[in-house]
Amino acid sequence: MNIVVLVKQVPDTYAERKLSSGDHTLDRDATDAVLDEINERAVESALQLKESADGNDSAVTVVAMGPDRATDAIRKALSMGADKAVHLSDEALHGTDAPGTARALAKLIGTIEGVDLILAGNEASDGRTGAVPAMVAELLGIPSLTHTREVTVEGSHVTVRRETDDGVTVLQAELPAVVSVNEKINEPRYPSFKGIMAAKKKPVSTLSLADAGIDASEVGLANAWSTVTESQPKPAKSGGVKIEDEGDGGAKIATYLVSQKLI
Amino acid sequence: MAEVLVLVDHLDGEIKKSVFELLTAARTLGEPSAVVIGPANTVGKLSAGLKSHGAARVYVAETDSADFLTPQVEVLASLIRSKEPAAVLIGVSADGKEIAGRLAVKTDSALLTDVVALSEGPSATHSVFGGAFTAEAKANTAHPVITLRPASVEAVPADGAAVEETVDIPSSPVRSATVLSREPVTAGDRPELTEASVVVSGGRGVGSADQFSVVEGLADSLGAAVGASRAAVDSGFYPHQFQVGQTGKTVSPQLYIALGISGAIQHRAGMQTSKTIIAVNKDPEAPIFEIADFGVVGDLFKVAPQLEAEITNRRG
Repeated sequence: MNIVVLVKQVPDTYAERKLSSGDHTLDRDATDAVLDEINERAVESALQLKESADGNDSAVTVVAMGPDRATDAIRKALSMGADKAVHLSDEALHGTDAPGTARALAKLIGTIEGVDLILAGNEASDGRTGAVPAMVAELLGIPSLTHTREVTVEGSHVTVRRETDDGVTVLQAELPAVVSVNEKINEPRYPSFKGIMAAKKKPVSTLSLADAGIDASEVGLANAWSTVTESQPKPAKSGGVKIEDEGDGGAKIATYLVSQKLI
Repeated sequence: MAEVLVLVDHLDGEIKKSVFELLTAARTLGEPSAVVIGPANTVGKLSAGLKSHGAARVYVAETDSADFLTPQVEVLASLIRSKEPAAVLIGVSADGKEIAGRLAVKTDSALLTDVVALSEGPSATHSVFGGAFTAEAKANTAHPVITLRPASVEAVPADGAAVEETVDIPSSPVRSATVLSREPVTAGDRPELTEASVVVSGGRGVGSADQFSVVEGLADSLGAAVGASRAAVDSGFYPHQFQVGQTGKTVSPQLYIALGISGAIQHRAGMQTSKTIIAVNKDPEAPIFEIADFGVVGDLFKVAPQLEAEITNRRG
């Protein structure tokens, strides 16, 4: 089985994230960048499917779009056990919106032969559009099975248990298909020392827009279908009263809530 | 006046509350046209609510298709082509975001997602990074597809003609996933976390899954939703769907009570826009106190039950 995993490098969610004051895009230099956690789960899922597939002809290819330093996120996925990677890196991509990202990823996936399954996280922790996997599927003309907690591939079918706040849906589709995973699907493995060393030798093909056959007029900030016209940080909230509990802490909160007409 | 398409989210003949918010927001951009897709006779139960919230037209597509979300995408795409609406409004949910994304790439429309306010233009306000930034955005295409966050716009009733028109579902060039079974979530006794006006959350300081009953007890006395910090969820104290923070839900209630939560950025980013914040923590240096309107340094197992008793007494 030929599996593609879409991964994204995002600002660490344990750090404070910022927008650039100039063009209102993500300030990538303000924080450490990491492989998005949900993508680790997608990689884990791909590796499990590969391990349970018949024969030795399965491969897991990591696909990422992002600046040069996204290589770190790609290496992390390779050190977990993915076989190879395709990295779309081009300065013209800066500021590409979600539909533009989906178009570029769909083209990029098109450069890989014989793809059976495309795995992704359900929603990146930075943009939180939560629609890129479904958009990629729509553009490729294949089914999207999103927010999945369980994925099974049998023959030419994929069956998933989709779990959202609205309930559980069991979905089935013919391969090839796009599957996005939610945070309950698995616990991703830690890369072993051997895996980390091996990852350094695994093939990563870095493509420019031209290499991937993507027209520069389809991507980038200037060609986005929507434009952020202004952005501002919310003024920081400052602390109010702080007291030591002297046995009446609960009662004092109640008094405060009454004074604020909250109870 | 230009039409604005509003996708009607419904379950078992009940309209979701967010649809009334969408119809209200749609009126700032044009004349709302509700789009109802579902099994035969669905619209009968929905039309009164649509009429009383200003829907001028109601497009009805009846289907028993098991295709997953594809009928919604196809009907909206065909209405975009035939009606050239000013915009398409869809509520934020897992399904809503997916329909919106597929529709946007299918119809070459801008996608403005998770919007909290709309004004003429259309211009959309986004709340980014859990409310740490606000951003204004505009569409560069015709008929932008906009998803609106629930409870961000107040629903205002208005009379609408609600003239019904039946529309066909075009066949899709895209292969679809098929629904084998569905189990909708049965609403619990507590309000939904992101829509609740009061949220009581517990953190690592709660200490165990069993002891989360202290958080639940206080929440129930206030009619509040229960939340949890990432530390509490990762420790297995409370299920993930209640996680508040950068990798969980973003909440913005009137009142947020944080019990045993230190207030790392991971958590603050999910609740810092709450109107009033109360914090109880043993550690006087906990960062949660930097944003708390009223903080108590103390043992949550003493303070929370006392507060719960006070509230119960006052309510009589």
